[in-house]
Amino acid sequence: MAVKVMIPTPLRPYAGRQASVSVEAQTVGEALDALTGQFADLRRHLYADGGRLRSFVNVYLNQEDVRNLQKDQTPLRDGDTISIVPSIAGGRSC
Amino acid sequence: MLKLSEELAERIRAHAAQSYPYECCGAMLGTEAAGARLVKELVMLDNQREDSPRNRFLVHPADVLRVERAAQAQGLDLVGWYHSHPDAPPRPSEFDREHAWPWYSYVIVAVEAGVPRRMASWRLLDDRSRFDDEEIGSDLMTVG
Ligand SMILES: [Zn+2]
Repeated sequence: MAVKVMIPTPLRPYAGRQASVSVEAQTVGEALDALTGQFADLRRHLYADGGRLRSFVNVYLNQEDVRNLQKDQTPLRDGDTISIVPSIAGGRSC
Repeated sequence: MLKLSEELAERIRAHAAQSYPYECCGAMLGTEAAGARLVKELVMLDNQREDSPRNRFLVHPADVLRVERAAQAQGLDLVGWYHSHPDAPPRPSEFDREHAWPWYSYVIVAVEAGVPRRMASWRLLDDRSRFDDEEIGSDLMTVG
């Protein structure tokens, strides 16, 4: 399936300055693998040590958070749009 | 260099003071040209961390999308975020670093006993190891 992955502004410098990247994939996980295969520098910002998506990295398939679908295994259809959307968190220590 | 007018800086301080002892947070919309980042608009947000708002802040992805669309509608970019550190210095905590995105400017304002104090801006390094201090230029119209 040909799908489009939308790249949030802070990650565009690591994705050839593009706002979206087209990849071929059958599942959401495969699409992210294809993306980070093409742009390896994205990996450290998307994944924590151990290979899990960072807690503040949200992945949407069309309008739905993939955590509410089948996560990595969520199947794709031709023309789907995957969006990487930040949540913003922080705070003083203690 | 982050260019932030005194007027906008004052609005961040006021939000921080009014939220004390809780942390405040908000978005900064602006432009970037030739490495200089200019903040033109602020979007005040509600801290979504109801469990520990004194030392944490959270902006949900739906709100990030909403702010991004608002920026685009004005021909601006979402260039960064501000938050306050109640009774703590305006330096990013380890928790800030773990949750930070590259590229964004992170403005932090210290609030001591309800009074806003020092403000600083930070950028996460590419390798995520630490933040670099980003100079804040306040007066945009200075001539000479
Ligand atoms: Zn902080």
